[in-house]
Amino acid sequence: MVPLSWSILLGVALFVIGAGGVLLRRNILIVLMSLELLLNSVNINFIAFGQYYDDFRGQIFAIFVIAITAAEVAVALGILVALVRNKSTLKVDDVTIMKG
Amino acid sequence: MHQGFFLLFATVSVVTALTLVLARNPVHSALALMACFLQISAIFVMLGAPLLAVIQIFVYVGAIMVLFLFVIMMVDVREAVLQRFMPGGNLPALALLLLLGTEMVVLVLWSDRFIESPPVAERGGDAIRDLSKTLFSDYLLPFEIASVILLAALVGAIVLARKEPG
Repeated sequence: MVPLSWSILLGVALFVIGAGGVLLRRNILIVLMSLELLLNSVNINFIAFGQYYDDFRGQIFAIFVIAITAAEVAVALGILVALVRNKSTLKVDDVTIMKG
Repeated sequence: MHQGFFLLFATVSVVTALTLVLARNPVHSALALMACFLQISAIFVMLGAPLLAVIQIFVYVGAIMVLFLFVIMMVDVREAVLQRFMPGGNLPALALLLLLGTEMVVLVLWSDRFIESPPVAERGGDAIRDLSKTLFSDYLLPFEIASVILLAALVGAIVLARKEPG
């Protein structure tokens, strides 16, 4: 069997890569995709711990994470389409309407 | 055997994740993320969650990534590929990431709780049945709330992406 630490280390690696994508990339689409990667690395941890403690709740929370992620992606891509239609840019640092 | 397959899937998923972050073309990033999700679903199978693996393939690879590809084809991505990373100010973010990563790795490797393998608990072929019983009895309210959230997101996405009247 696979030790628990391997799964956690895989989750750490994917989380750091995804966070790098969120923080460093300039394209909004890639930032959103890196966000998906972050949520998936969290799911790996949920399922690994659920198997380790022989508990269903890890898988159940992973199902909820996937459902909420689908909702989040739909809303984010709707906002993205509206943004491109109004401002015609895909760069993160060009979107400063809210003075962020 | 088991560990070898785990290492294979983990390596490929990390490589495809790096491709996602480093690629210039957003289409290449989307395809790399698809490959990464497939590897992660294989890892879910190895972790004893075949239902989650199937949901992962259906929802992520089948729905979400296709949505991403549609949006990539709708918007013009050519002007955004000239500069990959944020100009300037990268150093604090990089330092934060390195700090976070080393902290997590050190904490995991430091403690001896995570070293041993999980106890082999074969519960027969009824794991998915038990899982769904738990999901639809103890977690019924969160399940319904999640479905309402999905409905709200559906309506919200349609309203957001609609053309302004007039």
